[in-house]
Amino acid sequence: MSFPWAKHYQPTSEFGKYMDSRLPLPRFIYGALGAGYPTPKNLNYFYNFGVLAGVALVIQIITGVVLGMHYAANTGIAFDSVEHIMRDVNSGWMIRYMHAVGASFFFAVVYVHIFRGLYYGSYKPPREVLWLLGLVIFLLMMATAFMGYVLVWGQMSFWGATVITNLFSAVPIVGEAIHTWLLGGFAPDNATLNRFFSLHYLLPFIIFGVIILHVWALHIPGSNNPTGVDVKGPQDTVPFHPYYTAKDFFGLGVYLTLFSVFVFFLPNALGEVDNYVPANPLSTPTHIVPEWYLLPFYAILKAFTTDFLLVKAKLWGVIAMLAAIVLLFFLPWLDTSPVRSNRYRPLNRIFFWIFVADCLVLGYCGGQLAVEPWVRIGQLAAAYYFAHFLIIIPLIARFEKTLPLPNSISESVLAKYGKPPASGSAGTLGGTAPQPAE
Amino acid sequence: MIRLGALGVGLLFVITLLWGVIQPREAVAPDPVKALHKHPQEIEWTTNGVFGKFDRKQMQRGFQVYKEICSACHSIHRVAFRDLAALGFSAPEIKAIAAGYDIATIDDKTGEPTTRKGLPADKFPLIYPNEIAARAAQNGALPPDLSLITKAREDGPNYVHSLITGYADAPANWKVPDGLYYNPYFRSLNVAMPPPLAADDQITYVDGTKATKDQMARDVATFLTWTAEPKLEARKETGVAAIAFLLILTALGYLSYRKVWADVKRKPAAV
Repeated sequence: MSFPWAKHYQPTSEFGKYMDSRLPLPRFIYGALGAGYPTPKNLNYFYNFGVLAGVALVIQIITGVVLGMHYAANTGIAFDSVEHIMRDVNSGWMIRYMHAVGASFFFAVVYVHIFRGLYYGSYKPPREVLWLLGLVIFLLMMATAFMGYVLVWGQMSFWGATVITNLFSAVPIVGEAIHTWLLGGFAPDNATLNRFFSLHYLLPFIIFGVIILHVWALHIPGSNNPTGVDVKGPQDTVPFHPYYTAKDFFGLGVYLTLFSVFVFFLPNALGEVDNYVPANPLSTPTHIVPEWYLLPFYAILKAFTTDFLLVKAKLWGVIAMLAAIVLLFFLPWLDTSPVRSNRYRPLNRIFFWIFVADCLVLGYCGGQLAVEPWVRIGQLAAAYYFAHFLIIIPLIARFEKTLPLPNSISESVLAKYGKPPASGSAGTLGGTAPQPAE
Repeated sequence: MIRLGALGVGLLFVITLLWGVIQPREAVAPDPVKALHKHPQEIEWTTNGVFGKFDRKQMQRGFQVYKEICSACHSIHRVAFRDLAALGFSAPEIKAIAAGYDIATIDDKTGEPTTRKGLPADKFPLIYPNEIAARAAQNGALPPDLSLITKAREDGPNYVHSLITGYADAPANWKVPDGLYYNPYFRSLNVAMPPPLAADDQITYVDGTKATKDQMARDVATFLTWTAEPKLEARKETGVAAIAFLLILTALGYLSYRKVWADVKRKPAAV
């Protein structure tokens, strides 16, 4: 399961030995997150985001469980109970803002995590299953976040739920039946709110379960690294503890500081003002938008404006939005380039950054009203999204001339730090030049 | 095979989207509302910034504006009388304020509906029992509850201030329906609310402050900032402490990280 040079757990105390022969939990932790897990020594800060995503989920679960103690999933009082939390529950405002901002931060962290995986080719063999499990987590997150947003039962909750559940009615023949079955009625109402609460409470624990599989799948081949080159020997790795526990602790500090800035000073900056108006089925908001993290997919949904090939525009949008996520599951087999990291893929690297820009454009278009020029720009951006994964990536993999790979991780690290210092070149390392002793 | 299929699917989506791109668009007349709509004026509120605080005196004046003017039509149903302690009112003062309101209850002998005097634990009562009653009394318009208004509108406090001071004569090319008033800060430009602040000194402030229209608007906007976010001060104070703590912790974390990695990072230099 690990590299042959991994250190093995040695219980030191009598109690440690006793437990090790009965429930070897310390041995398990030691091998998974401790000194017994050799990790490439060249991981950069982008590799902090996996741990951060895990912490973000734990924050959501803890704050969510407390909110659940005070929240009432009933259309008559749901909005009031949220305001009760904000006004009368001790520190309720903090718990709720942490949960609301936490959802945004969870997605932000996961997006960085995904793009890091795309850049360094972490989805390529032998980590395909790891990638697939990550996408399952992403899908579950989107469902959970959507249902959580509905629970507030503000205007945007209600109308967001109306728009999104309406998508199912685009399915030919059985669409209406599925729509009614999912909602428990013809429009979002108490039955909908109740099942959304139930599922919103359930799904995070399923996410937690899939994360365990995700981390398990990670530990079989071990982490990828910025060179994308396989670990060749002990000189390429450091034990996870204390090296990466220390680095992750620092990263966590930065994350929590930024998180606090939003929770305490900009708690509503990422939300919609309309959701402070109680849900009113008789009054449609002028502009219905999802939370920012779903906007790129919303833009793809909206990009299909004309019926084409006997398929209605709405159904095209629904299929495309679904396909935009499903195609990611095929990525390991679409990108057949043997080189993982974009450091050594000059052409693919350009298209990677075009894709990043494309996602930002899609996100922006998703938040705009359906007016020109945003509709056309959204359509072009959506076209690029599909072209990128389904046409460009397979072609690049075939024709790209990649750069020579380093022989090993440690060779690439040595190259980065410069050759061993010859006389006079020590100063290039900055600050490491020895000071004259007194 | 997968890549061939992907190529087909990709081309299908791309062609469909490009087909949509080349469709002619209907000419859209520029929206006249957009041209006339104004963004709220930016005000320097005492609650702004990292160390923002409520001005107790200003909140009390704002409460007076609300009580004497806004409360003719608008409720603040999410606020309890006891919450007014945050404005600097004493317990007997709060009791007296609460007692000035009638709260619906039932007669404890007969069970018939009746009213009693308000208690500090009660919330401010609704002005109208329901939406239909409100619309019937207000010529079809619904005066929103103001408890959350500064969070329920973009740029909340600035919006409230600009809206209630921003009534103007409609430009010649803009038709205002009967019973509505022109206000460039309102989303549709035609607002059902009559100008609430008619003139300076419309009310007499208890603390002697001159009640100009602008002053009244600022005071009531501050009061409504508080009704929407009563924990604002606790939030900012906690935030300052939390971030100070986290910055120190992060700095220590960074130093530990450097120390732990020192041997690995220095190796190339030592070779």
